[in-house]
Amino acid sequence: MQLVLEKRAERSGTIALVSPLIAIGLTILTMVILFAILGKNPLLALHAYFIAPLTDGYSLQEIAVKATPLVMIAIGLSLCYLANAWNIGAEGQFLIGAVAGSWIAVRTQGTDAGAWVLPAMLVLAAAAGALYALIPAICKVKFGASEILTSLMLVYVADLFLDYLVRGPWRDPHGFNFPTTAEFDPVATVPLLIEGGRLHLGSIIALLVVAAAAILLARTIKGFEIRVVGAAPRAARFGGFNANQLVILTFAVSGALAGLAGIIEVAGPVGHLQPGISPGYGFTAIIVAFLGRLNPLGILIAGLFLALTFIGGEQAQIAMKIPLDVTKVFQGILLFYVLACDSLILYRFKLVFPNRQVTRGAG
Amino acid sequence: MLDSTIDSLNSGESPLLRTIGLTKRYGDFLANDSIDIDIRSGEIHALLGENGAGKSTLVKAIYGLIQPSAGEIRWRGERITLSGPSDARRRGIGMVFQHFSLFDNLTVAENVALGLDGKESFKDMSARLERVSKTYGLPLDPRREVWQLSVGERQRIEIVRALMQEPKFLILDEPTAVLTPQEADQLFVVLERLKAEGRAVLYISHKLEEVKRLCDTATILRGGRKVATCNPGLETAASLARMMVGGEIKEVKAASGRKTTVPRLVVNDLSLAPGEAHGVRLEHISFELKGGEILGIAGVAGNGQDELFAALSGERLSKDPGTVVIEGIAAGHLSITQRRKLGAAFVPEERLGHGTAPRMKLSENALLTGHAASGMVHRGFINAAATLDTVDRATETFDVRKAKRDPEAASLSGGNLQKFIVGREILRNPAVLVVNQPTWGVDAGAAAVIRQALLDLAAAGAAVLVTSQDLDELTEIADRIAVMFHGKLSAPLATSEATRERLGLLMGGSSLEPKEAAHAVGA
Amino acid sequence: MELVEAIILSVLAASTPLLIAATGELVTERSGVLNLGVEGMMIVGAACGFAGAWLTGSIFIGALFGIVAGTMMSLIFALMALGLAVNQVATGLALTILGVGLSGLIGAGFVGERITPAVHLFIPGLTDIPLVGRVLFGEDGFVYVSIALVLGVWWFLYRTRAGLILRACGDNHVSAHALGYPVLRIRTFAVMFGGACAGLAGAYLPLAYTPFFIPGMTAGRGWIALALVVFSSWRPGRLVVGAYLFGAVTILQLHAQGWGVGIPSQFMSALPYLATIIVLVLLSRARSGGSTAPAALGTVFVPDR
Repeated sequence: MQLVLEKRAERSGTIALVSPLIAIGLTILTMVILFAILGKNPLLALHAYFIAPLTDGYSLQEIAVKATPLVMIAIGLSLCYLANAWNIGAEGQFLIGAVAGSWIAVRTQGTDAGAWVLPAMLVLAAAAGALYALIPAICKVKFGASEILTSLMLVYVADLFLDYLVRGPWRDPHGFNFPTTAEFDPVATVPLLIEGGRLHLGSIIALLVVAAAAILLARTIKGFEIRVVGAAPRAARFGGFNANQLVILTFAVSGALAGLAGIIEVAGPVGHLQPGISPGYGFTAIIVAFLGRLNPLGILIAGLFLALTFIGGEQAQIAMKIPLDVTKVFQGILLFYVLACDSLILYRFKLVFPNRQVTRGAG
Repeated sequence: MLDSTIDSLNSGESPLLRTIGLTKRYGDFLANDSIDIDIRSGEIHALLGENGAGKSTLVKAIYGLIQPSAGEIRWRGERITLSGPSDARRRGIGMVFQHFSLFDNLTVAENVALGLDGKESFKDMSARLERVSKTYGLPLDPRREVWQLSVGERQRIEIVRALMQEPKFLILDEPTAVLTPQEADQLFVVLERLKAEGRAVLYISHKLEEVKRLCDTATILRGGRKVATCNPGLETAASLARMMVGGEIKEVKAASGRKTTVPRLVVNDLSLAPGEAHGVRLEHISFELKGGEILGIAGVAGNGQDELFAALSGERLSKDPGTVVIEGIAAGHLSITQRRKLGAAFVPEERLGHGTAPRMKLSENALLTGHAASGMVHRGFINAAATLDTVDRATETFDVRKAKRDPEAASLSGGNLQKFIVGREILRNPAVLVVNQPTWGVDAGAAAVIRQALLDLAAAGAAVLVTSQDLDELTEIADRIAVMFHGKLSAPLATSEATRERLGLLMGGSSLEPKEAAHAVGA
Repeated sequence: MELVEAIILSVLAASTPLLIAATGELVTERSGVLNLGVEGMMIVGAACGFAGAWLTGSIFIGALFGIVAGTMMSLIFALMALGLAVNQVATGLALTILGVGLSGLIGAGFVGERITPAVHLFIPGLTDIPLVGRVLFGEDGFVYVSIALVLGVWWFLYRTRAGLILRACGDNHVSAHALGYPVLRIRTFAVMFGGACAGLAGAYLPLAYTPFFIPGMTAGRGWIALALVVFSSWRPGRLVVGAYLFGAVTILQLHAQGWGVGIPSQFMSALPYLATIIVLVLLSRARSGGSTAPAALGTVFVPDR
């Protein structure tokens, strides 16, 4: 007697809705066990993680601020993944976008530049991110090289490039030798939405990106092409869709969004360019993309949820001395549970009794 | 009766393998209906029949892959029940399948080793492999990697692998389907040798000339039943064909409506190298198709039909634009979308994964082929209402049964999905419709709907090209019929002149007329 | 002379974790499975390895801890990708993210602690030979294990029936299944072996390379190991070449920084990563005729019944 996996005739709609909830439930269960092992009171820890950040206006803003780059990058990644193009280098595209946009800020520092500065920074960042993402895309389309490895290698390159710039040519001369640029001029800073708060324009941009992606995927022919090429490549060819073109397009858009997220982060909450401007946003965004089931609305919710866990993690560290790494573990476990539960959308389990009727399709 | 003649010839020698009343039922479907067959040592025994006649099922039962629903199998006079293929192999029954189980990137020796049970050392096995392959005239270099080998050479591996287990009885399933005539001759030499060694060979084929040349006895199946056993050498190909396909000659279909004077689809000397390792090369294919007529292409699967479809649809482009001409415009270099814009429509053989994206809704699948020219897309945005409208119209016009208004393609039954696929193309009023296997795997009711739809489309003035393995179907709906064999297309015959025997012969590769002008006159 | 010997020794040391991890992944991929979680398994191996050695004072136990940790991580992967037919790319990435987090948790308590690093072999007379003495006879256990591992894997893949069956699964799982081989079970073992190797490679870092643990100390080596497998065309012999070449590039650019070549240090540090990209591109272009990757690599296999 065996438990085997069998493909379903039609994907299960109920499971599709219920699976993320089951996954979250299972994760919380696992976390309770983990907290117990660490010797922390599980209920208090859960409260610190999930409830406490929602009670305070300031931390609500922080959640939005943290979710902004996650959502923007994840939307871009979802387009790639839907087309079966695996962009793992969003972190690098984020950094390159930040660098490119910062270039304008640094060059116009102290001059009386006009209001064109910020928009120019955004555009240049997006363009740079797109170009950086095109490298692995072209390597895949023209040479057949694995985009997973090439895009990832470029992350390290981007990180080192950033390090070089802020320790070298772009270092703030009045900055006491810290590896950082000078604070950006106000004209090069992303405006706040609420005076004295943390919420900034970037969140609005992120929401617009979500809306645009939702419309693209659901209502446009291009979005349809992206979805078909990943789901049924032979049918896509039969429909006349060009897989290579779509790989290039999705990588470029993804890179642009990551780059845009990069400059918004630098010119917004942080205010200057320094190493480590990204606590792994490019990689966390991968989790957000899968958690959101590669769906724009789902990504928005997943991004907010993960941002909540980041803020919650910080609070838990202060209040209960729970290490920050627990947040990463939580995110990894959550991703596993989501992937596992999602598998039940396409497959079901069956008990099979051994019999002698082996039918093999041949001839 | 012929049966008794053979019995008296071989009397005194009991058969090596005998089935008595072998029956296999799948639900309501009777794949094998009480089949008696005798196979003797030292004979090459043919198993003839059209696709779906029950040959595969019978042979799978003999090899232990499936269990019969009723009847018995006797091996050397003793009634046996086989627990599986390894049990069959142990008794001395070997089989060479039509679809090989080979590993492209491993060597010949490694491939053979994987099919044996590993009791011999690899070195010994390799040496034995070389010896056996040479002995039978199927020389194999153990060190070569399979991806480098031709199809014929790959089959050698399968045969030698079977031979190395010292079978007393070897079953070959359509062995020459993918071989060139020369490779087929080489194979016959091997089989003659096996016969001389006193082994028995069961040779499944539909190729009548071959069977006449090679086989001592032939058992003919039709519709799951055995209809005859005979000595093929004493028969003509024509008589064999008649037994295979049934003697009734269908009524000639009345000539359909008006025909346009200018051909809507012209293929000029289309030759194309195969796109993949096991593909078939197309050779100088030419024909013309006028509006208002249906041209049928008959032939056993694997003779180039898929390659022809890919060349016509634009999934494979030709260097010379003039090889495919749609509505008077040279289209050999145009993409499938551009060809659709010219008024062509295509229905491929594979419904799920090629004709439709299985996990996407019907409306999305309507969009898949309709996005170029049907008002479904406006300035980059999808008109969802238009796609749903197509689904509704297809459902109503072609009687598509489904659980809800817009389900996933994979949830429909074969027949209903095929009705949808054909329907979505016909609803675009194409000038040219190219269909590959329109009713394969489709229930009789849906098949009737689809065939009528094709007839109606042609009557409305479209040029329809139908490729099918079902001769009944083609004689029912086509005005002219041509036959594909090994990548070549015969000159089309008017259906009234395309007798069963003639078609059977062409499908079997004999009397393939030299190509003349493709402008055969319709009935 | 001294300098050359020192460079060779440091190249060996830098290459060893790459060689071990890549060898494990090579076996996994040869069976048809793409496990992108090598970095995650390595880093967990590093944390657990250090923990084991610190707790017991034995490098050997530490290495065992690392191996077990890596194997357990790989089991999660096997359950998901083979048992539940989840997309292998997503699963591998998830494993890496989980691994980084887990290693931070486990290793947090050990930051700043020190242990006695692995001892190096010393054979009087042999080890003293100039230039080659320490290289051949003065290395620590991990280096010798890495060589033995590669040789063992080579022998297994090409000289045993089990290795042949494993290669067959990676080439064509449909044919393998048709011939009656238990594809999923074979792949699970291959994945576990890959995990064990990744764990061992990770453990090498805090146990022999540097005698302490820092979070994130694998620094992308797991990803480089993945690239090395591609570079080696899935052949153990070429893997050795690739691993040592890569180690050499890493060490040389470190030394070059010291020589004041005038190029900013970050550019030199980026060389190994850029080199990986270039090699990947060149290799993919050069492939003609039969492809060298296991044909079934990364594809989902749900056996039909």
